[in-house]
Amino acid sequence: MTSQRQFTTALIDPGRPVPQGLVSPRGTPDAKRFAVYRNNVHVSLVEAVAARFPVTRQLVGEEFFTGMARVYVGENKPQSPVMLHYGDSFPDFVAGFPPASTVPYLADVARLEAAWSDAYNAADHATLQVAELGAVPPQLLAEVILQLAPPTRFLRSRFPVGTIWSAHQARPVVIPAVKGGECVLLTRPAADVRVTVIPSADLAFLEFVQQGKSLSEAAEAVLTSFPDFDPGAALVGLAGLGAFAVSQAGASK
Amino acid sequence: MSFDRLPARPGLGLKPQHYAQIIADKPELGFFEVHAENYMGEGGPPHRYLGAICEHYPLSLHGVGLSIGGQNALDQEHLQRLRRLVDQYRPESFSEHLAWSSHDEGYFNDLLPVPYTSETLHRVANHVDQVQQVLGRRMLLENPSTYVLFAESTIDEVDFLDAIVRRTGCGLLLDVNNVMVSAVNHRLDPHAYIDRFPIEHVGEIHLAGYDETTDEAGERLLIDAHGSRVRPDVFALYRHTIARTGALPTLIEWDNNVPGFDVLMDEVRLVDDVLAGTAEQRLAS
Amino acid sequence: MNRLSTFALAASLTAALSGPALAQDAMGGDAMAATEKCYGVALAGANDCAAGPGTTCAGTSTIDYQGNAWKAVPAGTCETMMIEGDRMGSLEPLDRDLPMAS
Repeated sequence: MTSQRQFTTALIDPGRPVPQGLVSPRGTPDAKRFAVYRNNVHVSLVEAVAARFPVTRQLVGEEFFTGMARVYVGENKPQSPVMLHYGDSFPDFVAGFPPASTVPYLADVARLEAAWSDAYNAADHATLQVAELGAVPPQLLAEVILQLAPPTRFLRSRFPVGTIWSAHQARPVVIPAVKGGECVLLTRPAADVRVTVIPSADLAFLEFVQQGKSLSEAAEAVLTSFPDFDPGAALVGLAGLGAFAVSQAGASK
Repeated sequence: MSFDRLPARPGLGLKPQHYAQIIADKPELGFFEVHAENYMGEGGPPHRYLGAICEHYPLSLHGVGLSIGGQNALDQEHLQRLRRLVDQYRPESFSEHLAWSSHDEGYFNDLLPVPYTSETLHRVANHVDQVQQVLGRRMLLENPSTYVLFAESTIDEVDFLDAIVRRTGCGLLLDVNNVMVSAVNHRLDPHAYIDRFPIEHVGEIHLAGYDETTDEAGERLLIDAHGSRVRPDVFALYRHTIARTGALPTLIEWDNNVPGFDVLMDEVRLVDDVLAGTAEQRLAS
Repeated sequence: MNRLSTFALAASLTAALSGPALAQDAMGGDAMAATEKCYGVALAGANDCAAGPGTTCAGTSTIDYQGNAWKAVPAGTCETMMIEGDRMGSLEPLDRDLPMAS
């Protein structure tokens, strides 16, 4: 009897022989036949990683990416038949993958791409409109606690990852002369995902809001590091991008 | 729009790159089919498009991840996800595979083969029972394409499927390309397979293109690649099938190297001709 | 405590909401003007073609070249890019990667 344990052990380890009991119509084991299953698993999983990280793939080229993704797939099998989240740990893997160290921004571009598909598949939820913010009585505004909309994701990079990512959405890829770090916000204000480079202070503000601070607490916390921070402009800008959720409960303390 | 069942017409697998075109053009098609697992995200554009497309077309929900042939118990969490999707979209059909795809190490994203023994028959029938109970509806079970045989198998594949139907009351999804792939790979007669198949339980047919290679002995080995037009021998086998069954909902599966929508519609027209031929025969008789 | 006064916050918001291009649009519910006033035009984005990883019920005849002794070097668009990073004004130490919001 060929157990599924024997089958999977040989499936994921190409060094092993065909499990006993698997035969061709000639009645004998046939390595090329069993290799079809190994191919199907590894090629489909590498393709799944490639589908989620298309810019990362373009940056290093197909041969390098496939080799890197293959090592990742070897160490990380999907833990669910819902493949939408497969590759969540790929950016960290890239960051620790020595051959990729010559492209120091690669892992952060992969982080942006992972965030993009998370935002794409996140729950639908009404976003707080700028007009609703304007309708809050001024005396209550300071105590308001906002929730982030389910698709809202952000990252801070030492590299211009938003610009790099955006340049790869067009053909041919032309990289504008930019340097320095970027803070990137991903939101879904209406139907589709939007990617925006925002000031570092605004991203810090968003982090404090996410931690559950009221608007005045969050603004104060940002002002200690960014004295020129303008909380009103940040609120309007972030709300305009759909970063916040409409919340029935707990909109104000 | 609500439909009782899939119409006996051609259908296509729904691909994200065709969403906008389908909504704009509303092509003449019997139904669309999606992989259930690709719509298990919480929200976003996939659900928005699927919702819009379901307003105009019947839907076939095709699971690929339930691992019905698995030695382990069914993943109850996954079964609940399926139930929510069925409740949300009310598909005209739900189908899954006679295969397994998960084990302790994880999910392999491939349909792996099951030996045909009284033990596996009992297990698969129990799993099908559970699925039908949780979903509150009859499911269709699809015949697999396989590349190896199990020395331990004691039951013929058609007899195995027939026994599952009798034990569980489920229906069958007859994948004619899988019949050809397995028949060539295992030196069997594909026409004989179709002629023995319990056609009265078939709720849907699948067609796809295969790739071809050779095994260690240099003999033909077909691969169920879904990356090309339906091959002529499979199309001939489909005609043979439809002559026996009458018109049935027929899906063109094209999952790798997906072409432009016009190429898919060319395939649809070929299927339409076969189905229309059956209708004419019926009117004439 | 150096508490930001309710008045200062409200004033800042009012000022942001009453920018010349913004007042009408924002109150009318159009978020675009608000966004572009603060951040400029959003980056060009991917679309529905980039739905990410999906399941398969098909096999493949593509051969998976096994073996971990691959010697590829990065050879994509990174070759033509001169990217410099920097230490940006941040609340966090920058010698590590920051976690993503969840």
